[in-house]
Amino acid sequence: MGRFLRPHHVNDALGVLATGDWTVLAGGTDHYPSRVVEQRDEDVLDITGIAALRGIADAGDHWRIGALTTWNEVIEAHLPAMFDGLKAAAREVGGAQIQNRGTIGGNLCNASPAADGVPPLMSLDASVELASVAGSRYLPLDRFILANRRTDRRSNELLTAIRVPKHRHSARATFLKLGARRYLVISIAMVASLIEIDRGTVAAARIVVGACSTVAQRLPALEAALVGRSIDGGLADLVRSDHLQPLQPIDDVRADKDYRRDAALVLVRRCLIALAGEQREKAA
Amino acid sequence: MSSIALACRINGRAVHLDVAPTRRLADVLRHDLGLIGTKIGCDAGDCGACTVLIDGRQSCACLTAVAQVGGAEIVTVEGLADGALQRAFARHGAAQCGICTPGMLMAASDLLARNKQPSETEVMDGLAGVLCRCTGYRKIVAAVLDVANDASAVEPAVGAAVGARLARVDGVAKLNGAEIFGADQAPTDALWLRAIRSPHAHARFAIGSLTTLLRKHPGLVRVFSAADVPGSNRFGIYPTLKDQPVFAEGRARFRGEAIAALVGDRATIAALRDDELPIVWEALPAISGIAAALAPGAPAIHDNVADNVLVRGRVESGDVDRAMADAPVVVEGAWSTGFVEHAYIEPEAGYAQRVGERMEIFACTQTPYMDRDEIALVLGLKPEAVRIVPSAVGGGFGGKLDISIQPLLAVAAWHLNRPVRGVYHRPESMQSTTKRHPAEMRARLAADRQGCLIGFEFSGDFNTGAYASWGPTVASRVPVHAHGPYFVPHARCLSRAIYTNDTPAGAFRGFGVPQAAIAHEALMDEAALALGIDLLEFRHINALRAGQRTTCGQLLEHSAGLARCLEALRPRWQALRAEAAALNRTGGTTRRGVGVGCMWYGIGNTSLSNPSTMRVAIDGAGRITLYNGAVDIGQGSYTIMPQICADALGLPVALIHQVTGDTDLTEDAGKTSASRQTFVSGRAAQLAGEDLRRQILRLAKAGTQARLALDGAALIVSDGAETRRVDLARLKPDNRGDVLVGRGNFDPPTRPLDEKGQGVPYATYGFAAQIAAVDVDIELGTVKPSLIVAAHDVGRAINPTLVEGQIHGGIAQGLGLALMEEYVPGRTENLHDYLIPTFGDVPEIEVILIEDREPLGPFGAKGIGEPALIPTAPAILGAIRDATGARIRRVPALPHRVLAAIKAARGK
Repeated sequence: MGRFLRPHHVNDALGVLATGDWTVLAGGTDHYPSRVVEQRDEDVLDITGIAALRGIADAGDHWRIGALTTWNEVIEAHLPAMFDGLKAAAREVGGAQIQNRGTIGGNLCNASPAADGVPPLMSLDASVELASVAGSRYLPLDRFILANRRTDRRSNELLTAIRVPKHRHSARATFLKLGARRYLVISIAMVASLIEIDRGTVAAARIVVGACSTVAQRLPALEAALVGRSIDGGLADLVRSDHLQPLQPIDDVRADKDYRRDAALVLVRRCLIALAGEQREKAA
Repeated sequence: MSSIALACRINGRAVHLDVAPTRRLADVLRHDLGLIGTKIGCDAGDCGACTVLIDGRQSCACLTAVAQVGGAEIVTVEGLADGALQRAFARHGAAQCGICTPGMLMAASDLLARNKQPSETEVMDGLAGVLCRCTGYRKIVAAVLDVANDASAVEPAVGAAVGARLARVDGVAKLNGAEIFGADQAPTDALWLRAIRSPHAHARFAIGSLTTLLRKHPGLVRVFSAADVPGSNRFGIYPTLKDQPVFAEGRARFRGEAIAALVGDRATIAALRDDELPIVWEALPAISGIAAALAPGAPAIHDNVADNVLVRGRVESGDVDRAMADAPVVVEGAWSTGFVEHAYIEPEAGYAQRVGERMEIFACTQTPYMDRDEIALVLGLKPEAVRIVPSAVGGGFGGKLDISIQPLLAVAAWHLNRPVRGVYHRPESMQSTTKRHPAEMRARLAADRQGCLIGFEFSGDFNTGAYASWGPTVASRVPVHAHGPYFVPHARCLSRAIYTNDTPAGAFRGFGVPQAAIAHEALMDEAALALGIDLLEFRHINALRAGQRTTCGQLLEHSAGLARCLEALRPRWQALRAEAAALNRTGGTTRRGVGVGCMWYGIGNTSLSNPSTMRVAIDGAGRITLYNGAVDIGQGSYTIMPQICADALGLPVALIHQVTGDTDLTEDAGKTSASRQTFVSGRAAQLAGEDLRRQILRLAKAGTQARLALDGAALIVSDGAETRRVDLARLKPDNRGDVLVGRGNFDPPTRPLDEKGQGVPYATYGFAAQIAAVDVDIELGTVKPSLIVAAHDVGRAINPTLVEGQIHGGIAQGLGLALMEEYVPGRTENLHDYLIPTFGDVPEIEVILIEDREPLGPFGAKGIGEPALIPTAPAILGAIRDATGARIRRVPALPHRVLAAIKAARGK
């Protein structure tokens, strides 16, 4: 018979996790869809009673996004422009029902290759805070998500927050998602782009492509090519197909791999056009 | 999991619950609290039917652990004030079947609470999480935008019900959560049933001894399998082709086929894992797709059909070989389509109970009398010993014409002598029920230099899956329609239905004609382009008109309104093409294209009798009852039949009460399919109304022009200056209390088709033409329709709002067929991998109704259900070609296919 606990304090939750293999339940938006056909006999730790895991806070040199922060809370929060890509992604996560319940921490722990939250958070250089009774550790997102549905979270750990460093320069960010219908769609490809701008030139760039590999991938060669360029100097023209070398797209029911490469290239260019201030074109 | 106690407020009342904490809120609302207005369509957050407000925010109750709502304020559809929002839905026809309506209302109320005057985009964003399969969304958007203009519907005057925009008479229950669908009702002592299904597309299996399993699970009452079927373990649409077992017998022929059923208490059968059953599987090589089934040496799916060809169809006229050889212009091509899932939001559900030596079944169905006869065979009973009571049907589209859960429930209830209920979960519904047939089609078209068609050749293979279902219907209907709604002197159209180990394909809105229309309309475009004739004018030249013969040799005498449809579209066509050309001159990465698609569609069964009988009666107290067996699956037959009957009778439609569906209480009005209910049952309703009127006039000795009125238990008959009173209470009642009964029966006149397909397959045809404007992103291959203009010859619009509703919904499904829908067994068995259009995908729709009266139809009317869907995909595909030059040969036109076709077109 499965056990169920719904603690109100992080330490209580960590104490529970230290005792065995618990299924962590948050917004339920990934939990329940995987339990339609057959029930599971499992021990469930419901963390939604822990108020300390909610909300977005300015923590000095970084922003702290509580793991239980919902997509709608991201959308409605007053945040600087560097979060525009994350907000755009939040609006594309299911419908309002999902945005009201689904959590940003759950999206990362679920580790879907098509998770909408991962590319924008990677473009923000986010890391995750993993807590256990032994203490906390911090991992950059690309070292946290290891593969399709696999993360580095140990069974005694809880993802408690996402940390987003503040940048030295002002930043612009955007997100484009491509699917075969307007709403409620799993991405064929998606791109999150963030550039930091220092006196009209690109001081740093982080370009991330999702749904074209088991884990969303940054494009370091492109990022390097962008740094030092004038913001209105035709950034999109710098994009070359070999910049997509880190991607390993697959054929599936949504698209074939060659198309995914083509589309990713187009989306990357369009993101850069949008960031350079031109009319933002909508993908899909 | 042990239960926890929690308190919350639901619809303003304090509620204390003692429940297992991870149960879905949706389940607790429905089963513990009886709030069945919250619907479950997927249990996965994909469809939004279960949307409720939790602390004022729309949320999927299926994704919410009940433990998480302790202290929360929850509002369900039952708790919504019955107000302007619901009236706007009623006025606009925003609810059809009604299964998504509670979710829509909850999402809309969340939106409107935050934003009193939302824009169209804000409405779409706010309601985007709820899927609707009936309406095409546009009328829902219009209703939400129109909430402020609160108004009640107007009651039509006597004699003016036909043609009035009467709000659905069954609309109130659909808007307040009271409607009872298949999963919403069962006797309290009902046991639950869950089917065990094959995980393999083809396998041998053996079920071992169940003693240990039954001992281990006291809540498991019994496990049923093939040996338990008391009558015939075979069902199927055609009397001579009953090839589908209720429970497979040692060999499963498709993934998802039922091999056994667990019956017991709900918790036990839900928790019991399939791998606990003593089943030994031996997977066998499976035949997937038409080519594999037809390959030399392919094993037979059924022993009696060695070549896997279930049936062939043929229509041949003139000398097509010579026409092709002589023609100055010949164009040709090949097209393929995939499985399409009905994706009604209501999964199959119901209950069965044995009443003495009779069986009663309450379930969602499109065809109560066919169900009755099928269940009788399965149980070894006489048809009269089975009673079918249809629930409200949460969408059908052809998918609820075959029995599904009913025989499983019936077998169990018969043996156990206890009510047994069941609800399919979404993947089970998608795996095990029928689909639209995938098609492989080749076609050639020949025309002369003046732009007249001379010849048409078509051959199409249709994958009917593991069992026959409606495969023969597709095979017989397609050749009649395969050259499109045009006069063609020389034609040869061939079809085959092919057995495979894929999911059975059956009836889906159009029976193969939507697939064939993709081919004939693409060739019409190619021929017009080759001839340098405008695409719409080319169709107008060749449009079938009254006075011409079809390729079946049938003389069309009336109501062939395609030319009028095209004439009505002509100004919009020209303007939209000019707009597109101007837009495309501006460059960029988007190209606009405009396409046109035409269709015709025979109303009713193909050369087979399909009668309907209706009765309308008045009792001693003056209550009028229409005994209406034409099941309403959302299209509106419970609204239009009273409209028709009222005008035939000469009394206000508001006076007509109804008894619907129930095979013990209504006569056979046939099935809700083949776009036949308006034409066939509508005619029967008209005849019934006229019959009752005649009896009244005879009693009153009044002339045919007399006016009727009801005054309590008396009929007032005014004939010129004379007024007579018929005292109903003094007439002798029948066993139902009715004192006068009018009866109408109509069977559309058809004649059999000979070996060359010559004859009269249908008594009348619907005609239509639609224009699609689309924007194609030429770098990504994405296609966004921006407008559909639909002109439909419906003979007569009995209720224009409902007709528009059918057209909108058909267009949405046609758009899905064209752009996104493809069912892949084992891969897209849910509503997030299988994509149907959402709020943001259906563009603005303009509807033009052409009323070219059909003398056989009620007040001139004919059908609209399937015609609505058929021209849309061809128009969209034509628009893609117009925009980019890309020829789409395989649907759906997913972005990667479109981009590949754009590249191919450029490479030329």
